[in-house]
Amino acid sequence: MQNKEIKFLEESFKKYYFDHFDLIHVPKRTSEREFGFQKFNSGMIRHISLKDDKELHLLLMQNTPSDVYCSNAYYSFPNQPMNEKDWKEADLIFDIDAKDLHLDCRQHHSVTKCNECNQISNTNNHCSKCNSTKIEIKSLPCKHCIDGSKKEVVKLLNILVDDLDVEKHNIEIYFSGNEGFHVYAYNSQFQELGSRERSELVDYIMFRGTIPETFGMKKLKPNRSLFPEFNEKGWRGRLSKEIFGSKSKRSKIISDLISDGYSNFQKRLENLSTSIGSQIDPNVTMDIHRIFRLPGSLNSKSGLSKVLCTDLQKFDPYSDSSFLNENTIEITANCPIEFKLKNKKFGPYYEEQTTVPTFAAVYMICKNLARIS
Amino acid sequence: MITLGKDEIAKYPFLADAGQYLKDKGFTLQQFGVDPDLKISLEKALNRVQVSADGKIYKSDLIDGEASKDYVLEREVFSFLLAIVLLKLTKMNTLIKRFALAEARRAEKYLEKDLANITDESKKELAVKIIDDLFSIQIKKQDDYFIIPISNYLKYSINFHEREWKLVNRHVGAGYVYLTPHETVRLIRKELSNYISSKIINAKMPSMILGFEEPVQKLILLSKKFATYTITTGEYPPCIKHAIEILEKGENLPHSGRFMLATFLLSRNQSIEQIAPLFKNAPDYNERVTLYQLNHLAGTSGSGTQYSCPSCEKLKTQNLCFAIPECDNIINPLQFGKRRK
Repeated sequence: MQNKEIKFLEESFKKYYFDHFDLIHVPKRTSEREFGFQKFNSGMIRHISLKDDKELHLLLMQNTPSDVYCSNAYYSFPNQPMNEKDWKEADLIFDIDAKDLHLDCRQHHSVTKCNECNQISNTNNHCSKCNSTKIEIKSLPCKHCIDGSKKEVVKLLNILVDDLDVEKHNIEIYFSGNEGFHVYAYNSQFQELGSRERSELVDYIMFRGTIPETFGMKKLKPNRSLFPEFNEKGWRGRLSKEIFGSKSKRSKIISDLISDGYSNFQKRLENLSTSIGSQIDPNVTMDIHRIFRLPGSLNSKSGLSKVLCTDLQKFDPYSDSSFLNENTIEITANCPIEFKLKNKKFGPYYEEQTTVPTFAAVYMICKNLARIS
Repeated sequence: MITLGKDEIAKYPFLADAGQYLKDKGFTLQQFGVDPDLKISLEKALNRVQVSADGKIYKSDLIDGEASKDYVLEREVFSFLLAIVLLKLTKMNTLIKRFALAEARRAEKYLEKDLANITDESKKELAVKIIDDLFSIQIKKQDDYFIIPISNYLKYSINFHEREWKLVNRHVGAGYVYLTPHETVRLIRKELSNYISSKIINAKMPSMILGFEEPVQKLILLSKKFATYTITTGEYPPCIKHAIEILEKGENLPHSGRFMLATFLLSRNQSIEQIAPLFKNAPDYNERVTLYQLNHLAGTSGSGTQYSCPSCEKLKTQNLCFAIPECDNIINPLQFGKRRK
């Protein structure tokens, strides 16, 4: 990204922050949190502590950051180096990202940008011009991607509430500002758990590491009565609904499972992990020292805001999280994928000059698919 | 402090105040080395340690957790206390660990029986109280199960490597894990054994007692048998090989993979200068950042913390594990290719 683009993004971001202080608040227990930010084309500045909204707004105005973050952890001394912070506890956080779902639609709205010659191509592992493998994949997620992510959120919510006993009013869902959702669970019994324990929760939520015995299948002398019933709690109940479908089919399917044998059942379980487990990013949930994108802030991968979703099903990120202004600007766009923002269609553009509203220009520049003319 | 009945002291001798018990019974340690009647207890103590060194559980003279005669019960407790004295005099940590584990497994049997006791409510309550007092685990009875909060369960279960202990393979509902009495006590075995070994390690060091020399010598000889030597093949485990391949192809290795690779190689005593070039092909390679991060991991910059290679379990969660049969029985990539001789 060149200076002209950075200046434009900084101005647009600053205007957003100035006009939308109402959307950007410090989280609860502010003084126990660590904050951090990044500026365009620069490293991370972290270990910052803030007192209130005023201090946050001042930070935004003085630094015009590209991204702003806040810890899910609570510390005694959040502005000290990591090993002196005195970690107390951390909210449970989850990141669901469309790119991890490997949906078929993705290839239709992804391009690669070569880091050596800047060529945009449709191949996905090397540059079509210079054959370099140093490429970045740029994806403009579609409605299908967002719907896919929503499904994963719903699966996650069910597990959190039914199995892990997290109360509904302690859960918040945010659109991440790019390709997915961030889910927070507050005040649960898991606040004080370390990274290894959280990794076990991750495997539980993702339905990974299962063994056939858990679901009644034994290596030797399988016993029909050990297979799960529909009304059972947790994964046994969920799995029985998934594989038996209806009560009338249960008996026949158990016979089939037994005759297919132990290792086939094991494979079946592994395959089911992507369909019945929730596809969260394991690293995010396991990390107890992370600084996570601050609600209300802009995502520099898109120029969209991280916003609270009060009605997940109705939520449309391309209209509900685009808050940048409508002033037009001339850009040279090389964005071969069509996209829609604030109910307006843009593109495809093939290395051409065009005049678009700021929110659309920022979107393409953030994706590295346009520059200021 | 838990108040114990006579039988309970024999079942759970590690809960008793050892010195006080001897005093209450009117004995001194010295008497056990010389008095022929009391020497039986010393022999029992030696046997108790020897059996545990063999990985077995000492067979006590209690029948169904109860002593037929008072002196049987006393001997049970004495032999435990004397075993500790012998272990202290022997000064061999490996014997202490084995003894603590065997004693934990012995107590586990009684705890399990007490938990499952439906006729005597007080026995069940005592077992529940022991578990709560020692390990702050609040267990509740629900139907045929004991239920414990998931967060409590995880604190202990993460130390198990068998898959059946993974939360996903447990009966879970409404924030609780459902366990049988057997599983409940199995869950705390490690802690029980840690509790017993810390009691032994923190016990006052006695000076040699007349009559104790011979059993101590026997135990020193016995412990020599446990010295082990390891040989290393030097081959990289599949997860590390895979990470290197990805980087060689110029593909993107996620942050967690880079962390694994760097910490692994640092632990194998490779220098930062040797490791840094591996990352040259990464799509986002930046020499300054790579060196900064490697120095950070090695502890030569920043907080000075030396980061260690993540466990196999963690790598599995991060999709970085590509286990092969040679990986059986290891829990960290650093153990790959190491064999005991």
